[in-house]
Amino acid sequence: MSNRLINWFKFASPQSFYPLAGKMIPWFWALAAIFLIVGLYISFFVAPTDATQGEGYRVIFVHVPAAWMSMFLYCVMAGWAGIGLALNTRLSGMMAQAIAPTGALMAFLSLWTGAFWGKPMWGAWWVWDARLTSALILFFLYIGFIALQAAIDDARRADKAGAILALVGVVNVPIIYFSVKWWNTLHQGASVSIMKSPTMATTMLWGMLIMALAFWMYSIAVILTRVRAIILEREAHTEWVKALPEVRGESR
Amino acid sequence: MKAVIAIIRRDLLLAMRRKSEVLTALFFFIIVTSLFPLGIGPEPALLKKIAPGILWVAALLATMLGLSRLFAPDHADGTLEQMALSPTPLGLLIAGKITAHWLTTGLPLVLLAPVLGIQFDLDTEALGILVLALLLGTPLLSLIGAIGAALTLGVRGGGVLLSLLVLPLYVPTLIFGAGAVEMVVSGLSAAGHLSLLAALLAVAVFFAPWATTAALRIALE
Repeated sequence: MSNRLINWFKFASPQSFYPLAGKMIPWFWALAAIFLIVGLYISFFVAPTDATQGEGYRVIFVHVPAAWMSMFLYCVMAGWAGIGLALNTRLSGMMAQAIAPTGALMAFLSLWTGAFWGKPMWGAWWVWDARLTSALILFFLYIGFIALQAAIDDARRADKAGAILALVGVVNVPIIYFSVKWWNTLHQGASVSIMKSPTMATTMLWGMLIMALAFWMYSIAVILTRVRAIILEREAHTEWVKALPEVRGESR
Repeated sequence: MKAVIAIIRRDLLLAMRRKSEVLTALFFFIIVTSLFPLGIGPEPALLKKIAPGILWVAALLATMLGLSRLFAPDHADGTLEQMALSPTPLGLLIAGKITAHWLTTGLPLVLLAPVLGIQFDLDTEALGILVLALLLGTPLLSLIGAIGAALTLGVRGGGVLLSLLVLPLYVPTLIFGAGAVEMVVSGLSAAGHLSLLAALLAVAVFFAPWATTAALRIALE
């Protein structure tokens, strides 16, 4: 029991997490590439043309995973932030900081691809529908988080202030999800739900799920790479960073 | 409780000594709402339709104006640290400060809104709901804004950053607040929107002073 605890907390230290992250990154990149190739193949060549939406619907293979990731990453970010506040671990704040840009990218991507989907389907790049609007607000929340962290020079204070903001903002994520039910508007209802069977063809669903996995792996790989950079930056004064071969190689 | 009342009295007294700050926010509210008809045109039907949104957005922005001054002077002269050290829980004192902020910026807006609503040709029923919605909504704005004010305390470019942090969080308030008035204007019941607004307020009253206190403690470290 106690052994397991020690093993987990061992990787809460930036010093032991740094090499672990370095070992994991290539695997996640490889998985991301495999899922991306399979997912794109299914979405372009296997999945049938939609009866009502034509070929244009294929945007959803990028749009839906990006939208999922943008919401999910915000929860993960808030989770790390909460852990950082509660346990006062340094790595948690770094993880939250590393997740934010990827989350913002996903939110932007979901808005952008949503506009591409909206033009042929609704005849408008943008409609003030509840889900679109709340996705836009999620994007603003990411930007606010990044801006707040960037404005505070002291890294520890930036982590904690950002953590509070993330936890306050996480209230918004369920509102995004349930807004579909709250305001009945133009946006089609969620077609994948746990409660009832999906209303889309099985191959479409598989394409989307595999693309979601690809996005997932990509996000993990990028976040781990970024957190390694943050660790190096923040721990630059420590002995173990100075002893790293890549750091010594640079200064030579 | 005594300490809370003392804090409210002190902040109100300070606000009365510097009337210009309170009045600036109030006149900002009046001017912004008066600019919209000039930009859009004097058509009564159109103005009536957009009035709830305009009044609410203007109220949002007017509340924002005073937020950066909510904790900054106390932080600068060390009062805030004394509050943190006092035997009364900091959360209570902060709740008192937020109440005072609402009394000086929110309440005047609530009282002034029906007068401005007349400019937009709103009928008596809509005006009543507007006042009710603002009465529920403006404390919410002060509560949420206080979190942002505490987070940006002593931070570079605090004022602009504050609006970036707080305005997205104001969106539900805006939607339900303006929605309530719109419902009445289009002849429906505003009860649902008002209930949601009251629910948000109940949640915020409980959590916002707590989050603000946590943020202030980080700033004071």
